[in-house]
Amino acid sequence: MSQSNRTQKSEAAGQPTTLFEKIWRRHAILEREDGTTLLSIDRHLCHEGSFHAFDKLKAQGRSVRRPDLTVAIADHYVSTNAPATGNEDPSRREVIERLTANTKATGIRLYGIGDPEQGIVHVVGPEQGITLPGIVLVCGDSHTATHGALGCLAFGIGASEVAHVLATQTLWQKKPRSLRITVDGPLGPGVVAKDVILHLISVIGANGATGTMIEYAGSTIRALSMEGRMTVCNMSIEAGGRAGMIAPDEKTFAYLKGRRFSPDGDDWDRAVADWRTLVTDTGARFDREVHVDAADIAPSVTWGTSPEETLAITGRVPDPADQPDASRRSALEATLAYMGLKPGVALTDIAVDRVFIGSCTNARIEDLRAAAVIAKGRKVAVPAIIVPGSTLIKFQAEAEGLDRIFIEAGFEWRATGCSMCVGMNGDITPPQERCASTSNRNFKGRQGPGSRTHLMSPAMAAAAAVTGRITDVRDLA
Amino acid sequence: MQAFRKLDTVAASLTLANIDTDQIIPARFMRAPRSTDHGQFLFHDMRRGPDGEPRDDFVLNTTEFAKAGVLVADTNFGCGSSREAAVYALHDAGIRCVIAPSFGDIFYSNATKNGLLPVVLDRETVKTIWRALETANSARIEIDLEAQTVHLPDGATHGFEIDPFKKKCLLEGLDDIDLTLRHSDEIDDHQRVSTKARPWIGTIG
Repeated sequence: MSQSNRTQKSEAAGQPTTLFEKIWRRHAILEREDGTTLLSIDRHLCHEGSFHAFDKLKAQGRSVRRPDLTVAIADHYVSTNAPATGNEDPSRREVIERLTANTKATGIRLYGIGDPEQGIVHVVGPEQGITLPGIVLVCGDSHTATHGALGCLAFGIGASEVAHVLATQTLWQKKPRSLRITVDGPLGPGVVAKDVILHLISVIGANGATGTMIEYAGSTIRALSMEGRMTVCNMSIEAGGRAGMIAPDEKTFAYLKGRRFSPDGDDWDRAVADWRTLVTDTGARFDREVHVDAADIAPSVTWGTSPEETLAITGRVPDPADQPDASRRSALEATLAYMGLKPGVALTDIAVDRVFIGSCTNARIEDLRAAAVIAKGRKVAVPAIIVPGSTLIKFQAEAEGLDRIFIEAGFEWRATGCSMCVGMNGDITPPQERCASTSNRNFKGRQGPGSRTHLMSPAMAAAAAVTGRITDVRDLA
Repeated sequence: MQAFRKLDTVAASLTLANIDTDQIIPARFMRAPRSTDHGQFLFHDMRRGPDGEPRDDFVLNTTEFAKAGVLVADTNFGCGSSREAAVYALHDAGIRCVIAPSFGDIFYSNATKNGLLPVVLDRETVKTIWRALETANSARIEIDLEAQTVHLPDGATHGFEIDPFKKKCLLEGLDDIDLTLRHSDEIDDHQRVSTKARPWIGTIG
């Protein structure tokens, strides 16, 4: 209480404040002496993996405090081949059924199997207008920062914190450090949001933003579509970031207008007036600032097993012999052995075994359109699947005829879900196979035991599908 | 949760940076309820070769370190996925403390809620510990949470920082939900006021 009073005073006094700070203050219920704050949570998204938290509540005899602010979505274990049954594999289906039973017992709204608006949690939230500017949103998933693209504070939490939010609709949080990444200038041909974020992670490192919330700013970020902004914020965690956010603007308002749970009528006008105040004031201070020139960003691809191991498509696999530090040299050798790569090989000479276009990073309509431009009139050289981010996106793509383009080119047109990004639903890359993927993690075994992942944009992945090797999309345009 | 006070145990070095939670526990083992022994899944694919047999060169597979209670790891340990099962796997395998130059934020928080102590020490100190464990006759290490110290076999002692509330919860094995619910009225008041100011936030639909 005292916290929010103080907030109003400092804003009234005209002290320049960051977007993050404004949202934080609105949600601060209490502050402990050590600065840890009890934050009010506006939206809590659950998925199948939330069963640990529901089990804990049950064991402790607790109830869900605000089922009306909680939404559950089946995505991680949902089959993209047989969505009607949830999953053909009984043990996976059982995890989905646990979510259905838990939400039924607690009165939580569920986007479940067969729901025409079901999809990946981080795609559905914004799509349904559940995600709004200025809110605090949490989910037991590390890619929750995606929602920050709409100008809210959104972050991933573990199962114990999911249980805490279910029981209290709050979380104790220490205020993170702040980092503003400003990207300015026009993007070059073939360069898209995915290249921006891969490049930024390679600049600041896989732990460059640990304990930190990132605000993305600058003319390049402003020029991105909402889909592109979501791609950028989505991968904040791959730089270690607690959250990523972008100030809401006219694009944000246009995106949200008329969505299922967006405010309407008088509320809409009041909401937009409020959202216009959600900007970082001129002169507000960040703990750290990073500036990047958009001209330095090329179509990018990862070569290793950490998202920071990213290079421009014109690059070559690094040589351990160039690494003076012995422990880093042996780590690099191990990475190249895992990836089955030889030092000095041009990235465009790397053959791929399969292609995955999907995930909460890159399965929105704009992503599918970009892949379709490359696929049109060509044929796949390797197995390639396309998994739309939501059922609504699948329908929209079909209405636009994108599915025909993909099917004629030999892609598999699947139902929505997390699919081969995380390999939980049965869609995996087999051991030692190499996958060109639009997902967010190239970790060892991420797409299946022994899988080798190269992260890239949807158009680059489509280009890899039709050539059978990692390809500079600019050569196909 | 299980309280954490002091530990005197064998420590194992894991000198790889960016060990993500997918490596700590691969996704295919995450359907198991908490009552399952998650220790069997710990580093499942790292500690086995492509043939599924345990690798001799993985530290926790060696006789000396099989029962290690502390891991001394490198930068960004536990990065990536928010899966708390990564902490369950460490805990159930008998590892009660991980020392590293930095941790993934979500992993760090998950650890403190399951009786697993994450200790941040600068990388030079971590390298010193690796060397001490390698050269000393004993790989035992003592950790005292109350005093916030790590005592090494070579006699050196290093202090570490931890948030006072997390420390209290770990020392006493407290569940923070009960503590938070003591503020139930303040939570309701705050949310009522917020909803009045911004009705579109206080409800979905």
